[in-house]
Amino acid sequence: MAAISTTPRQKLGWGAANVFVIALALIPVLWMISLSFKTPTAITASSCSKQSGFFQCFFPAQWTWGNYSQILKTATFVRPLLNSIGIGLIATFISVALASMAAYAIARLRFPGKQVLIGMALLIAMFPIIALVTPMFTIERALGLFNTWPGLIIPYVAFGLPLGIYTLSAFFREIPWELEKAAKVDGATPFQAFIRVIAPLAAPGMVTTAILVFLASWNEFLLAISLTSTISARTAPASLAYLSGSSQFTVPTGPIAAAAVVITIPIIIFVLFFQRRIVAGLTSGAVKG
Amino acid sequence: MSTNAQTVTVEAPVEAPGRRRRKPPLSEGARAERRLGWWLCAPAVIVMLAVTAYPVIYAVWLSLERYNLELPNQVKFIGFANYGAVLTSPYWWEALWVTALITAVSVAITLALGMLLALVMYRTLFGRGTVRTASLVPYGIVTVAAAYGWYYAWTPTQGYLSALFNENAPLTSQFKGIGVIILAEIWKTTPFMGLLLLAGLSLVPEDLQKAAKVDGASGWQRFWRITVPLMKPAILVALLFRTLDSFRIFDNIFILTHGNNGTQSVSILAWDNLFNALNLGIGAAISILIFISVAIIAVIFIKGFGTAAPGTDTERR
Repeated sequence: MAAISTTPRQKLGWGAANVFVIALALIPVLWMISLSFKTPTAITASSCSKQSGFFQCFFPAQWTWGNYSQILKTATFVRPLLNSIGIGLIATFISVALASMAAYAIARLRFPGKQVLIGMALLIAMFPIIALVTPMFTIERALGLFNTWPGLIIPYVAFGLPLGIYTLSAFFREIPWELEKAAKVDGATPFQAFIRVIAPLAAPGMVTTAILVFLASWNEFLLAISLTSTISARTAPASLAYLSGSSQFTVPTGPIAAAAVVITIPIIIFVLFFQRRIVAGLTSGAVKG
Repeated sequence: MSTNAQTVTVEAPVEAPGRRRRKPPLSEGARAERRLGWWLCAPAVIVMLAVTAYPVIYAVWLSLERYNLELPNQVKFIGFANYGAVLTSPYWWEALWVTALITAVSVAITLALGMLLALVMYRTLFGRGTVRTASLVPYGIVTVAAAYGWYYAWTPTQGYLSALFNENAPLTSQFKGIGVIILAEIWKTTPFMGLLLLAGLSLVPEDLQKAAKVDGASGWQRFWRITVPLMKPAILVALLFRTLDSFRIFDNIFILTHGNNGTQSVSILAWDNLFNALNLGIGAAISILIFISVAIIAVIFIKGFGTAAPGTDTERR
């Protein structure tokens, strides 16, 4: 790839840079994992000081699954975890469906108002979410949506849409559209051509978009703590903040670390598994403009 | 590019009333295409407007009212008094200053580190995939989960960073607290910046680099004279997104300091006024002020630096 000739010494330098980057990226995650395996006494035993060795401080002296079994037994965490999965999947499904329709229109059809739509999506992508919290809190309480799944799904769909429209319209431009014409010649309506011919070709782009939208709603915190009040709709990231308040006398460091690992590890595996798609999706809209 | 967008927006209303007759009549196919275009976009537009435009208008209305949830009978229209209260309060100005500081420092460092990361990912012959894979980990991690990791790492007698740097409770001091918040922001967002810049970097033609090298340009000169100017669009788009994203910082501060000890951002301040003081009027006024600040930043970027908003030139492509 690198066409400029590299000496062995330069190679070594870049290699060292690689190791450094990898260490910086992974150490904080390893710390969280190691913390989640520490016993409560080990955590509070002041094992970390300037005198104590780094490894003694970083890694648990004895490993325990106790933190995991504790959080996976309480509804305070398990229910929000299920909420997160459900809300994330539904919001992703709706976003991708609506965004594909709009992106198809943007990529393929000529109609007035297209630029307005693109501008609007851009505005919403940059929207300060806090500006929505106050009115949404009031509106959702009036409509009975406060502390319900739809109460979170609706804003997540709205914020997933700009992302979806950008990513998908970038993908849709790459599709061989002659096939659509062929389908039309064979007597298909534009709508049939969309559903039967183009949608299957567009599937990879849609998967990528779905991943990005799901990650965004899985990660969302501000609306999740503002528009919920009990575990019936609270999502997993929001529940972490409540685990910390749940016991007054012991600091629940271990359980919080375990919960953080539980909500993080599947996502990391997911991200690594789909990394090519994610990188393509993240950069598709941004660089070409 | 912006002129392109403008012409379209200006044209639409003019076209609507009487001029339609004089235009060449649209063929049946073109009209069907139009209708289909509108129908396909309608659901997305409705959802986006329902969740943003309507609440923002409602927030403007709320911000003009005295509305405290603890005193539900005393709701009253009071004009701009809430804005007066916010803009004369030292809390707002401190929060704005803290937010601006966090945004400026974290975005600047993220840009520099993101560029380094992009270069490392681009130039390395081996292990390229490994670096990209590893750097996706901070991107994928849930911000709140990562924030707890940092919080415990800096907890005295329990955390490795606290021990390593011999820091006694940095999160209880304003200066160090902001430092830890910035660190958490940088760690989380550098990979995203790096990936965006890497994509921009791969658009720089290698031949140009080689030619410059033959002409005797140093690596440093090549970077500043060739790579950076050619990457400018990618850099500005990444900067715009990062700046606006950083300005709304909430999660990291909420977990790390709860906004105590003068580490409050504007988003935290607004949230506090809503959920702790239960003052919807003041909370809405702060929200509107944040919205205006974000709009100002976006306008400065787009007008000042000539950032091409991504996607605006699709028509001409």
